[in-house]
Amino acid sequence: MPVKIAIPTPLRPYTENRDIIEVDGQTVKELLENMSTRYPQLRRHLFSEDGRLRSFINIYVNDEDIRYLDGENTKVKESDFISIVPAIAGGN
Amino acid sequence: MHREVELTREEFLRYGRHLIMPEVGLKGQKKLKSASVLIVGAGGLGSSLAFYLTAAGVGRIGIVDFDVVDLSNLQRQIIHTTRDVGRSKLESAREKLSALNPSVEIETYETRLTSENAIEIIKDYDIVVDGTDNFPTRYLVNDACVLLKKPNVYGSIFRFEGQVSVFYAEKGPCYRCLYQEPPPPGLVPSCAEGGVLGVLPGIIGTIQALEVIKLILGIGEPLIGKLLLFDALKMRFRELKLRKNPSCPVCGENPTIKELIDYEEFCGITPERILHELGFEITAEELKSKLENGENIILIDVREPHEYEINRIHGSRLIPLSELPEKVNELDQTSEIVLYCKMGGRSARAVQFLRELGFTRVKNLAGGIDAWIEKVDPSMPKY
Repeated sequence: MPVKIAIPTPLRPYTENRDIIEVDGQTVKELLENMSTRYPQLRRHLFSEDGRLRSFINIYVNDEDIRYLDGENTKVKESDFISIVPAIAGGN
Repeated sequence: MHREVELTREEFLRYGRHLIMPEVGLKGQKKLKSASVLIVGAGGLGSSLAFYLTAAGVGRIGIVDFDVVDLSNLQRQIIHTTRDVGRSKLESAREKLSALNPSVEIETYETRLTSENAIEIIKDYDIVVDGTDNFPTRYLVNDACVLLKKPNVYGSIFRFEGQVSVFYAEKGPCYRCLYQEPPPPGLVPSCAEGGVLGVLPGIIGTIQALEVIKLILGIGEPLIGKLLLFDALKMRFRELKLRKNPSCPVCGENPTIKELIDYEEFCGITPERILHELGFEITAEELKSKLENGENIILIDVREPHEYEINRIHGSRLIPLSELPEKVNELDQTSEIVLYCKMGGRSARAVQFLRELGFTRVKNLAGGIDAWIEKVDPSMPKY
């Protein structure tokens, strides 16, 4: 079941500059796993060495942060829209 | 919070378009006049912010910055002009703002905001606007605002993308609820490295100004507990929910941060600093003499192809940072390799990457091609 994931600008160099990609998965964890398999360089940007999602990257299912759903085990359906929202600091 | 103020005859005319709207009116305009707002950073976000807050008649505006105007700022920092290149940004900003609205009191703080001075500077303002360009200062502004119970109108930008929110721990989440920790230094490129579309800070700064005015007037729905994302290329705004994290170290139920900390340390040492301290670094002058002596050095440019088109060091090979992992087996582990980028940040990450793979004779060109242009070849175009 393909689900749409929005890729933020800082990560696009690792997804062949695609801003939205579609990957299969039943949970957020599966989506991220499948996405990192397709784009291997994404993995170290999304996960720290111990395999945990990095603390400066938030994942949203529609408009809700997965930290307040079931974390990476949050279930997803085809109509959901997933966003990866990293911290950015520019302003100058 | 509000001192009693009256409007002058000139001000009735100046703010006429505000006064005829019931949502602002005379009462609202007086609120604006008695309000004080601190803008941290007189750069891209600060430019549009400061102009609109001054035009709107915010009574007292403070600006913190320590930089001078550079030609490369003018593509987006519209408060400064070509004539101002080399001048202090604060002096330049003060001149434009006073010309726009002489009755607004402009206070300037020519300093870097630090843990030592932040409380003292922020405490006298009603609202703080974060227009800075780095993680340590963003965490500093956040923590100081939480400790002083002030709203922090946040905006940040990268390339074509912007984020806006109002962090107000008294009523909702703070920046740490959103991102408990910053990315390791060097992992997320800055605007100086990654670029930014000149109009973008104008849009994001203007939204921040709007949020400030709504907070002062107490109208509408401020972006408290919401994160607004803007994608300039798709012309798409999206809104995400932010929640207060009960275990937030600064605004949670049992806070562990009760005073300002060392934010440089908190945000970590940059790969550039590490290489400098370990000696895996070469200066532009050293590189020049090595090349002139005919030493066998492999020179690798890790920037993007469109940057390589603008300028490059003669004899260098282009391998963009994102392609380095797949091309690494084309490099000889035993030869002397120097890597460079624009300013030394990306190439430092590349050097670290190669060192982890067992390369021992790799060095980072300190200050990147910018330093090469300054010290060795001033005839090369700089961007």
